[in-house]
Amino acid sequence: MSGKPKLIYFNGRGRMEPIRWLLAAAGVEFEEFFLDTREQYLKLIKDGSLMFQQLPLVEIDGMKMVQTRAILSYIAGKYNLYGKDLKERALIDMYVEGITDLRNMIILFPFSPPEAKEKNLALILERATHRYFPVFEKALKQHGQDFLVGNKLSWADVQLIEAILAVEEKFPAVLSGFPQLQAFKTRISNMPAIKKFLQPGSPRKPPPDDHYIATVLEVLIE
Amino acid sequence: GSLLFQQVPMVEMDSMKMVQTRGILSYIAAKHNLYRKDLKERALIDMYVGGTDDLMVFFMKLPFLPAEDKEKELAHIIQKATGRYFLADEKVSTGHGQHFLVGNCLSWADVHLLEAILMVEEKKLDVLSAFPRLQAFKANISSIPTIKKFLEPGSQRKPVPGDKYVETVRRVLRMY
Repeated sequence: MSGKPKLIYFNGRGRMEPIRWLLAAAGVEFEEFFLDTREQYLKLIKDGSLMFQQLPLVEIDGMKMVQTRAILSYIAGKYNLYGKDLKERALIDMYVEGITDLRNMIILFPFSPPEAKEKNLALILERATHRYFPVFEKALKQHGQDFLVGNKLSWADVQLIEAILAVEEKFPAVLSGFPQLQAFKTRISNMPAIKKFLQPGSPRKPPPDDHYIATVLEVLIE
Repeated sequence: GSLLFQQVPMVEMDSMKMVQTRGILSYIAAKHNLYRKDLKERALIDMYVGGTDDLMVFFMKLPFLPAEDKEKELAHIIQKATGRYFLADEKVSTGHGQHFLVGNCLSWADVHLLEAILMVEEKKLDVLSAFPRLQAFKANISSIPTIKKFLEPGSQRKPVPGDKYVETVRRVLRMY
């Protein structure tokens, strides 16, 4: 047993990707076990490893953790990425929850029926540019600091850069009206741990393709 | 500019305008000792709250479904409650023989679970029939003075969503 966190999920982004990002930002090495059959998933349930019969699952510090938010919260707390006091925490939580709503739209997008895809894609762009990105653009402009909260890298910054890059994959010019976010993206991308994660060969997963979608459906759907 | 992401709920407290239900609950829990200091106990609370939340969100959405989908969806939710969420919670309660989900005193997880149990019972009165530990849990948490008071008529607890509530939400948020 190595003592490294072990991530159990499909070989793709989905709901595990923010966890990969946060561990990478914290400089924490981890192992991965990729699911590709329904039998493996059913065995996890039978073994009692999945509290609510759902993924993702992260084995960390002797715990079998489920619930993405709980896992991220634990990592953020453990590696000092959660602000210095209750109020900074509250701000980080608000930002993180907002970005999560945006990211959930992106996660679910590949699974939308063909006739809904165009509408959903347009909605992602609309929400990103009218609801979420303006908030962070404003926050960065107002305090003029390098990071969203408390002048220090936090969970919120890591979550935001992940979301920016994910939206850019669909809409390359999405940051054109957001100069603060452009600078933010460059700054955060250049931090050593994040830079390393953005290079080929890192645990970062590519955007979902047909094979990924097929695997997820096969494993999870009876 | 009071609604950070143009969404409700919004709670004004300690000179913040807080949005995002989970963030608000997290702050209240931490401030009032319903969230542990120890990271691992916190993690456990977060896991239970997350699961309970998933269940409650189904209920939240239910009144807004078209009439013809309601019954089917309700059956589906009840099945999730008994086959997934309550099953997990019952196991936990059995595991350590204590009256609370995490540690030896009331936490956010307990309050959240009681709310979920009551919510499901409103639709299916005998939903806890196969879960003796959860029945004991429910009785125990309901009898805590602050909670008991909240469960009495005249408290700030809100009733089951009726047509007027649904209509108001739809109108305000333009959910047509």
